[in-house]
Amino acid sequence: MTAISKPLDSRPAPSLPFRTRLAMFIRMLAIQGAWNYESLLGNGIGFCTEPALRLLPGGVRGPAFHAALARESRYFNAHPYLAAVAVGALARAELDGEPPERIERFRTALCGPLGSVGDRLVWAGWLPFCSLASLMIFGLGGDTLAVVGFFLVTYNLGHFALRIWGLNTGWNHGLRVAVALGNPVLRHGPQQIGRLAAVATGVAIPLALGRVIGPGRSLIGVELIAVALGSILIVRLHGRIEGWRLSLVVLAVFVLISVIR
Amino acid sequence: MTLIELIPLAILGGVLGLDVVSFPQMMISRPIVAATAGGALTGHPMNGLLIGAALELIALETLPFGASRYPEWGSASVVGGAIFASHPSQPSGAMTLGVLSALATTWVGGWTMVKLRQLNAVWAGQRRDALEAGARGSVVSLQLMGMTADLLRGSLLTAIAFAALAPLANVSINSWTVDSRLSRCIVVGIAASVAGGAAWKLFHSTLGARWFFVGGLAIGLFVLFVK
Repeated sequence: MTAISKPLDSRPAPSLPFRTRLAMFIRMLAIQGAWNYESLLGNGIGFCTEPALRLLPGGVRGPAFHAALARESRYFNAHPYLAAVAVGALARAELDGEPPERIERFRTALCGPLGSVGDRLVWAGWLPFCSLASLMIFGLGGDTLAVVGFFLVTYNLGHFALRIWGLNTGWNHGLRVAVALGNPVLRHGPQQIGRLAAVATGVAIPLALGRVIGPGRSLIGVELIAVALGSILIVRLHGRIEGWRLSLVVLAVFVLISVIR
Repeated sequence: MTLIELIPLAILGGVLGLDVVSFPQMMISRPIVAATAGGALTGHPMNGLLIGAALELIALETLPFGASRYPEWGSASVVGGAIFASHPSQPSGAMTLGVLSALATTWVGGWTMVKLRQLNAVWAGQRRDALEAGARGSVVSLQLMGMTADLLRGSLLTAIAFAALAPLANVSINSWTVDSRLSRCIVVGIAASVAGGAAWKLFHSTLGARWFFVGGLAIGLFVLFVK
């Protein structure tokens, strides 16, 4: 991923000390620590850019630091992983001494794309794919280490790569980072992952069913037909009740019947 | 159940509840991981994995999109995993009650997350002037307070849910009348139906996805019946 992020800014990216970069990266793991319905991710962006802002003239006691930190801690919304792009780009813009109104406009413009791209790529793509692939391994008879290990390693390879790429890309491109969002992985990734996840769904569901139910096939055929009908029902009920709530109600009724009768 | 037994579960539930949103979002809070960890803490990780797989199928539907309200699976899966794993012989109804306990906890957990977000907003409001002045201490403390509160939220939720639901599950298992295998079929059938519906919603707009799904299903059924 990093190979694609050639700097487009006419100025070469200044070097960011390794300790500062590491501090920013670690803080990015906690970017949603103070998430709230008013400033959303805003305080997290301030929290993550703060190690870089210390490099402003005058350090942490200087007026430039306070003005920049106040600006960066205001309302912001993005996908938490792709917010790394914003953290890198905003830190670079502040250290480059860009005019405050330009930074404000840039922050506003960045919210939408970083939210929608991240949601499609990660929440609706990579996460379900990794989840279904680990269920597939479970269905094939994998032990706890294989199933859980596969899920955590695979998912977090993508997760950490995206955060590292985001921080580097944001820092290297500064206010011109929008061009980097045309990266093929971000544009075509959700479609490709969607196809892989569709295959994984088909393989994982019958295998996982078979493993949980246990040996013997007498019930599997009936069960698969029931699952197909149940899935159609869930799709038809979309927008009226969520599947997990429906499951809660149906299971509660089933428990009552099983215990009382 | 003693306090000594409850404390490790509460800590685990707190850490995994924290992962859902606040830190570090490595998805250790997903049911397939969290329920296995809950089961492992009770001495039976494989039981935890079994119920974790069923819960993971249901959790496929609920993805943490932005400001939407969604169930909190981290702490809830620890509760479900621990309840199921505390019955190592897997008696009739144990899985059903474990899944139901996790679903009930995840519902309450989603509500507690909304309350936490409102509390974060109150704390941010109290520091508005300091934040507008770019006070470093306020930015950092707000972040740390939010994460600490989230950790406590998850721990308390896990402890209360397990303490309340585990005895109820024990009583219900003793009175359970439906065949063990049929009970499992119903639970996992419901879970797989939710997963099927969720997968359709997620991928139906992807070009060619239905054919990829059919191909996958053919492979899955072939392996299932050949195994």
